[in-house]
Amino acid sequence: MAEGRVSIVVEHCKACGFCVEFCPTHVLELSSAFNSKGYHPPHAVHPERCSGCDLCGMYCPDFAIYATKVAPGKERDK
Amino acid sequence: MSDSLITDIVNAGVNPVDQILRTDRMPHIWCPGCCIGTTVNSFARALIDSKIDLGSLALVSGIGCTGRVAGYVKLDSFHTTHGRAIPFATGLKLANPKLNVVVYSGDGDLSAIGGNHLIHAARRNIDLKVICVNNLIYAMTGGQTAPTTPGHSITSTNPYGTFEPSFNLPHLVEAAGAVYVARWTTFHVRQLARSISEAFQKKGFSFIEVISPCPTLYQRRNKLGDGLDTMKYYKEKSKVRHGAPTGEVGLTMTGEIIVGKFVDRDRPDYQTMMRSQYCESLGEKFVEQEEMVCS
Repeated sequence: MAEGRVSIVVEHCKACGFCVEFCPTHVLELSSAFNSKGYHPPHAVHPERCSGCDLCGMYCPDFAIYATKVAPGKERDK
Repeated sequence: MSDSLITDIVNAGVNPVDQILRTDRMPHIWCPGCCIGTTVNSFARALIDSKIDLGSLALVSGIGCTGRVAGYVKLDSFHTTHGRAIPFATGLKLANPKLNVVVYSGDGDLSAIGGNHLIHAARRNIDLKVICVNNLIYAMTGGQTAPTTPGHSITSTNPYGTFEPSFNLPHLVEAAGAVYVARWTTFHVRQLARSISEAFQKKGFSFIEVISPCPTLYQRRNKLGDGLDTMKYYKEKSKVRHGAPTGEVGLTMTGEIIVGKFVDRDRPDYQTMMRSQYCESLGEKFVEQEEMVCS
């Protein structure tokens, strides 16, 4: 059960890779898909590990990712 | 995930910093790997966490990559002429002392073109919060040598390496009289946010230097990798030393970066000194005891 949920605004991403590198629980990876500007945005490969610490949101220079805490007991909506 | 074009927002929600940003202007112009956005993120979170009244806050910035911040925040903001962010902010503060005035600009704008204003605002101890994003170069104009460029760096105006000694900004503003001086890198996001909150509690000239990469012009020319490599370098080579003597915190191209809160002292600010001087020479009944506000 994940404690947090990561959200990605794909169109704002410039694929700097900060969120992938500095995520403490290694939730993210850059995907092979493109956004409309031709960058590879990240995607959550291990969403169940997300703790909702929002460090990815603090590092993101493009305001394109953020994590929120999920209230305990609530089912993650995917 | 497939190789198809993805254009939707995954897990749509509301980014907590969106309340501070003009989201209609996103994506912004800063390069991939540039960390000015990260500093804005820390600034926005500091504002949210410290619960400052956003109506009584004004953000002033000058010219340059960092100067664009004024256009991206949903606050009362002012994009001023080159180097003159501090004079505009000083006028704003003196006309309306109840405002929290933040100067958000780059190293070229604050320490080179506006260097004189920086030291005199620190000397007068005007109640401004200055956030200086130091990317060690003039970035927007094409990577020329700035007063903060460390020795032996390759820039567009010094293709065989810089040889001028560079400014040590914390030392400069401490000597000029700032009451709060801190330095962080863009790797230290939470510490930076805490420092900005602390600066809002201080009365007087507060100066926060943020070391930031310029992957397009500085890191590329000096073969230091991209933004991510620079962040790893900051992680590896920065040492937190609170209260370090600012004379010893100069920057080099690939050496150690001393970060931390260097100066936290109390000194009467400009308006307090002005009022006490007038009380002394004119007598109290001729001096406004309440802070005057131009409306």
